[in-house]
Amino acid sequence: MSASLDKGINALKQQVDATVAAFFSSCVHCGICAEACLFYTETGDPERTPINKTEPLRRIWKSEYTLMGRLGKLFGLGKKVDDKLLADWETLVYDSCTMCGRCSMVCPVGNDITLMIRKTREGMAAAGHAPEGLIGASKRSVTIGSPMGVKLPALLAQVRHVEEDTGLKVPLDVVGAEYMLLLSSMEIMNFPEFIGAIAKIFDRANVSWTISTEAFEATNSGIQIGVSDIAAELVQRIVDAAEKLRVKTVISPECGHAYMAIRWDGPNLVGKKFGFKVRHVLEVLDDLRQQGRLKTSGMEKGKLTYHDPCQISRRGGVIDEPRRLIDMVSDNFVEMPDHGKMNWCCGAGGGVSANERADEIRLKVFQRKKDQFDAIRPDAIVSACSNCRIHLEDGLEEYNMDIPLLSLTEMIAEHLAGDDRAGAA
Amino acid sequence: MMKDQSIQDGSPELVTPEARKPDKGTLGEALHRQGVSRRSFMKYFASTASMLALPPAMLPVIARALEQTRRPSVIWMSFQECTGCTESFTRAHTSTLEDLIFNAVSLDYHHTLQAAAGHAAEAAREAAMEENYGEYLLVVDGSIPAGNPGYSTIAGVSNLDMLKETAKGAAAIIAVGTCSTFGGIPQADPNPTGAVSVGDIIKDKPIVNVPGCPPIPVVMTGVLAHFLTFGTLPELDHLGRPKTFYGKSIHDRCYRRPFYDKGLFAETFDDEGAKKGWCLFKLGCKGPTTYNACATVKWNDGTSFPIEAGHPCIGCSEPDFWDGGGFYRALSMPTENIAKTAVYTAAGAAAAGVVLGAMNRAKKRASDKIHIKVTIDDLEK
Amino acid sequence: MTEIELLNWARGPGLQIATIIFVAGVVIRIIEILMLGRKPNLAEAKGSEMSAGLKTMVSRTVPDRATFKRSSFTITAGYFFHLGLFITFFLFAPHILLIKDVIGFGWPALPTPVVDAFAVITIISLLAVLVNRLTNKVMRYLTNFGDLLTWFLTLAPLITGYIAFHRIGFTAPTLLAMHILSVELLLVVFPFTKLMHAFTLFLARWYNGAISGYRGVAS
Repeated sequence: MSASLDKGINALKQQVDATVAAFFSSCVHCGICAEACLFYTETGDPERTPINKTEPLRRIWKSEYTLMGRLGKLFGLGKKVDDKLLADWETLVYDSCTMCGRCSMVCPVGNDITLMIRKTREGMAAAGHAPEGLIGASKRSVTIGSPMGVKLPALLAQVRHVEEDTGLKVPLDVVGAEYMLLLSSMEIMNFPEFIGAIAKIFDRANVSWTISTEAFEATNSGIQIGVSDIAAELVQRIVDAAEKLRVKTVISPECGHAYMAIRWDGPNLVGKKFGFKVRHVLEVLDDLRQQGRLKTSGMEKGKLTYHDPCQISRRGGVIDEPRRLIDMVSDNFVEMPDHGKMNWCCGAGGGVSANERADEIRLKVFQRKKDQFDAIRPDAIVSACSNCRIHLEDGLEEYNMDIPLLSLTEMIAEHLAGDDRAGAA
Repeated sequence: MMKDQSIQDGSPELVTPEARKPDKGTLGEALHRQGVSRRSFMKYFASTASMLALPPAMLPVIARALEQTRRPSVIWMSFQECTGCTESFTRAHTSTLEDLIFNAVSLDYHHTLQAAAGHAAEAAREAAMEENYGEYLLVVDGSIPAGNPGYSTIAGVSNLDMLKETAKGAAAIIAVGTCSTFGGIPQADPNPTGAVSVGDIIKDKPIVNVPGCPPIPVVMTGVLAHFLTFGTLPELDHLGRPKTFYGKSIHDRCYRRPFYDKGLFAETFDDEGAKKGWCLFKLGCKGPTTYNACATVKWNDGTSFPIEAGHPCIGCSEPDFWDGGGFYRALSMPTENIAKTAVYTAAGAAAAGVVLGAMNRAKKRASDKIHIKVTIDDLEK
Repeated sequence: MTEIELLNWARGPGLQIATIIFVAGVVIRIIEILMLGRKPNLAEAKGSEMSAGLKTMVSRTVPDRATFKRSSFTITAGYFFHLGLFITFFLFAPHILLIKDVIGFGWPALPTPVVDAFAVITIISLLAVLVNRLTNKVMRYLTNFGDLLTWFLTLAPLITGYIAFHRIGFTAPTLLAMHILSVELLLVVFPFTKLMHAFTLFLARWYNGAISGYRGVAS
C-alpha cells in the first residue's frame, strides 16, 4: 500500500524524453485526434479527446523541462499535478483508451499520442490511480502467473483435450525446439481450439515447437496497467524460459497486447537484446506459406472480412501477413471501410476489458465497429486476437447481429491439405 | 529706388535711417512697376488659387486682396543649411510666379540674396524687426545645432540664440526645407552638431513646415501667397505641413503606380524593367511613405521629378529620411544587419540551450535514481 | 516620435530585438527538446527508422480519407490559411526583398494582385478558423488563452499588411509601421507558444514515423 503522488510525479518525470517534448511542443489544439478515437466519436464527450488524456504528463513536461515552465514553477505559476487531477483523469486514461494508436496516425503535426498515454499510465499507476480491475489482474499475473488466474494444471488439462481431439502430441519443455509458443489466458480458457490448430499446422509443416510449463502466459498486465517494472518482471519469465529451452523464436499468439509486450517492448523493458527472435503466430504461418510448407485446400464459403487487432496491425506491423493467409482460403474477401493500419479498435484492448467499471462504455463504442460491419455485411469476421474476439462477440450479441467471429489460425488449420492424414501420429 | 541703391552701396555710412526703412508700397504697385499687365496679374493669381485648391469664385477676392496688400516684411534666417532651398526658390525663369511673389514681399534679410554684408546686413535685420515687430514673417532654412551652439554662428551669435530672438517678434514662422522642419541631413547619425528643427526650439509661435530637400519652389510660394491673401496660415497636417501640397503621398500620385500594383519592378537602374519605366520600389523608392507634391507639380516648371527621371524617391520631405537605412534599401528591407544578429544570437542561444539541456538530463537522471521499483503492492495508496 | 521615426525604428532596432528573442527562443527550445534524447531501441527492427521518419515528415501533410471526412472543415480551413500565409509572406515581392536581405538569396514573386487576393482569402480563412474553434465541441474544450493569442498574432500582420498596401485608415508611414510592429510582436511571442510547431512538427513527425517504421508500419 505504498503508492504515492510523489512516486507518480517522479514516474512522469522519468517518462519525458525528446519525443514527448517534441510532441507537446507541436500540439496546436486542432482536435483532429478526437475524430480518430472511437471513445470520442461514439460518445461525443470532448474530455475523451486523446491529447487531453495526456494532461498530467504535459504538466510535468512543462514545469520540469521547459525554461518558461521552470520559471513559472519558481513563481508558483503554472498548472500542477495533484491527486485530484489524477483521480479525474483515471477514467480518461484507462476506461476510455485502449492505446489503439489511431490518434497517432492522424495527428497533423505527427504526435504519437498513444505513446504519451502509455507514459501517462506510469504516473497514474505509481500514484495509486489505476483501476481496480487492472490492479487485480497485475497481482494475479505476478503471483499466479496469469491475469485470469490460470495455473499450470488448467493448461495441462486443456492440452490433454487437444491431444485427444487431434491425435497429436503437444510438446512441452522440449529443449532445442525451434519455436516456443506462448498462450494468452483467454485462449487457454475460452479458445483452446487454437492450441489444436497450431498442433495440426505445425505437424503438417514439420515444425519443431514447444510450450514451456514455466512461462506460458503471453498476456502482460504490466503493459496494460502501465507499470514497466511489473511488465519487465513478466517478460523476464519468458526470457528465462526461452533461454533455458534454447529456442530460436518465441511465438506470440492471437492476443493483441501480448505481441506489443514481448516483440517491441520486451527487450527495452528488461534492458537487454533478446538472444532469440520474437514473431507473431501470423508471421510464422506466413513464413511457412512462403516456404511452401503450408498447404491448404478448399475455400471458405461466404464473404469474409478481417478485423485488424490494433496491437498486431497498426502498432505491431503485421498487416499484410493475415491478408495473404486469408487469400489462401477465401476468394470472397472484402475489406471494411478503414482497414489495415487505419482500422478501428474493437474497444476492449489496453486493459479496458479487464476493467469492470468500463463495461458500459466498452459496449457503447462497439457502435463504431457495428457501422463498419453494416457497411459491408460480411458472412464472417476473421481476426487474430482473442480479446477482440470475445468483445466483438459481446457487441454483436448486444445488437442482435448474427455474424460468426473466426480465428485466422483456426481457419487455416481447418483447410490444411490432406486432412485425412490428420490422424497419423 | 532709394532702398535698392542704399543696399547696393554696402558701406554703412551711406545708408541713411530712412533708406533703411522697408518699402511699404502695395503688391499691386510693385507688380505694376515691374510692367505686369492686369491681365497677366489675373492669370498669375488664378494659377496661385488653383495651386492652393481654392474655388474659382475666390479669384476676385484673392486678386483684390493681393493687389491691395502691403508688402509684408520677411526675414529669412539661414542656419546649418546648404542654400539648396534658396537655390530652388530662385530658379529664375523669365517672369515666373516665384519671381513675382518674391517681389511681393519685402525680403529684408537673406544671406544669399541680399546685397549688404556684415554689420550692414545685421543692422538691416534689426531695423526690420523693430519696425515690424509682431508682424514680420520669419522664414528659416537650415537646422539649429543645439548640441554645441558654437557650431554655427552668425556675427558671433549662435543660431540657437538668433532664432529665439528673431522668433519673438514674428507673426509666424515658415520653416523651409527639411533641415529646419525636421532636422535634415545635419541630423544624420551620429548627429555631431546636435542638429534640431525649428519646431524643437520654438513652441509659442505658429510654424508652417515646408519640407523637402529642397522644397518645390511653388510650394514655398504657395504658402506665402496664402498668407498674403488671407493673413492666415494654410491648413496643416499632423507634421505642420500644408495639406494642399503634402496631403497626398508620391505613391498615390505616381504615374508608375500601376506597375507597383501589378508587381512589375525594375531590379537595377538599367535593366529591361527600368527601361520600360517600371516601379522603382526595389531600388529603394520611398514614395509610399513620402508626402509631397512632386508627382503632380513636378520640378523645373513641371519638367520632371526623380522617379520620372529613373531614380527612386528618397523621401526628402519626411523626417528621418537620412537614417532610413539608405536611399537604395527598399521600404520592406530592414535598416540594420539582421543576418548578423541572427547568427550571433543563434550561437549564444545554442550555448544556453546546451546548458538548459544538460540541466534537463540531470533532472532525468536524478528521477531515475530515486525511482523505487513498483511492485504489485505499490499500486494502491 | 514622428511616424516616420516609428517606422524606421520598426525597420531597425525593433526588428533587431524581435530577431534576438525569436532566434534565441527557437534555438533554445529545440535544443531543450533534442537533448532529452531517447533510449536506444533494443528490439529487433522490422524497418528503417530514418527513411520512415523522413517519409512521415512529408506524408503526414496528407490526411487519410476517413479522417478528412470527419474533420473536413478544420482541415480545409487550416490548409487554406497555412497556404495563404505561405503565399502572402514568401511570394510577395517586397517580402522577398526582406528575405533576400537576411538570407542572401531570393526567388521570383507572384504578381501582386494574386497575392492581394490570397491575403483576403487567408483573412477569411482565419476568421473561419476562429469560428470553428469556438463552435466545435472538441476545440472549444481544448482552447486556452494561448490559442486565442496566437490566432490574433497571426491575423494581425495579415490585416495590417492589407490595409498598409491599400492605404486605408491612417497615413502611410503609420500603416507600414503597424504592419512591421505586428510582425515583430508575433516574432517575440512565437517561441513561447504553440507556434513553435512550425519547427517542432518536423521533429514530431520524424519521431512518429521512426517509431512506427521500426515496427514496419508506415505512419
